[in-house]
Amino acid sequence: MRVAVLQFPGSNCDNDCLVALRSFPDVTAELVWHQETSAEGFDVIILPGGFSYGDYLRCGAIARFSPIMKAVQQAADQGKLILGICNGFQILCEAGFLPGTLIRNRKLLFRCESVILRVEENATPFTNKCTPGQLLRLPIAHGEGCYTADEKTLKELEEHHQILFRYCDDQGELTTAANPNGSMENIAGICNRQRNIIGLMPHPERACEALLGGIDGRFIFQSMLDWKVKSEE
Amino acid sequence: MKARVTIMPQAAVLDPAGVATAQAIGHLGISGVRSVRIGKSIDLDIDGMTKEQLHQICRDLLSNPVIEDYQLEILS
Repeated sequence: MRVAVLQFPGSNCDNDCLVALRSFPDVTAELVWHQETSAEGFDVIILPGGFSYGDYLRCGAIARFSPIMKAVQQAADQGKLILGICNGFQILCEAGFLPGTLIRNRKLLFRCESVILRVEENATPFTNKCTPGQLLRLPIAHGEGCYTADEKTLKELEEHHQILFRYCDDQGELTTAANPNGSMENIAGICNRQRNIIGLMPHPERACEALLGGIDGRFIFQSMLDWKVKSEE
Repeated sequence: MKARVTIMPQAAVLDPAGVATAQAIGHLGISGVRSVRIGKSIDLDIDGMTKEQLHQICRDLLSNPVIEDYQLEILS
């Protein structure tokens, strides 16, 4: 599987993504600079976390106009997998690949800690190694992660099973206390209707080594790998 | 010519910075401010543009229609 990790000015989880991906067998991962206009030959495109363009104007608002985003559009249209992590999720929302948007955390705090996610859907390329209701522990590090959308959008997300992860407590309950940023419906990650584009605020690439505190992020990357192998059978 | 774009969070959207600022006004010892909403103001120095192009800039880049409304004024 060939993975492109996009690099915007201000991306800072790009190399973490490369290291995490390269720990899987049969994965080639490369950085692709935002000024490039092609992402040909890649099966997966990852928009990593960071502060692209210093978060000027709004998080992700300027990155969405980078030349590489046209290639992301093409790849998305071809059904390739697109994964936006943290700032990458914000960019995908700004660019209209995913509905809704991410605003300032409810308590104005930058939250940098481990959270627990409940897997809501496993019939996706990104979660097929998980069981529904499985709990994953992943790190977050963001100041603007409060998922916000109008009622109609939220209803559509529910109806089309697009909410993949929600913040929960260690019992899997969706409590306000377990919601680190005030996200509507405790939403931590969503996908598009075609299920090939996903955005999530937590960082799976930072949870791929036991030495670094956990390996639950591997479920997401392994799901993508297995999906790719299956789709070629 | 100069244009000024004022961008405000929509009424239904949570504005935690506004809430925190309203509380700070209370701490200043002044009562009477019921709520605060924080937006931004962007000035553009423009030349030879159509109104439609200006609106496109506001809609597609300067504001996010999911959470914000904008107002466009031509200043001079």
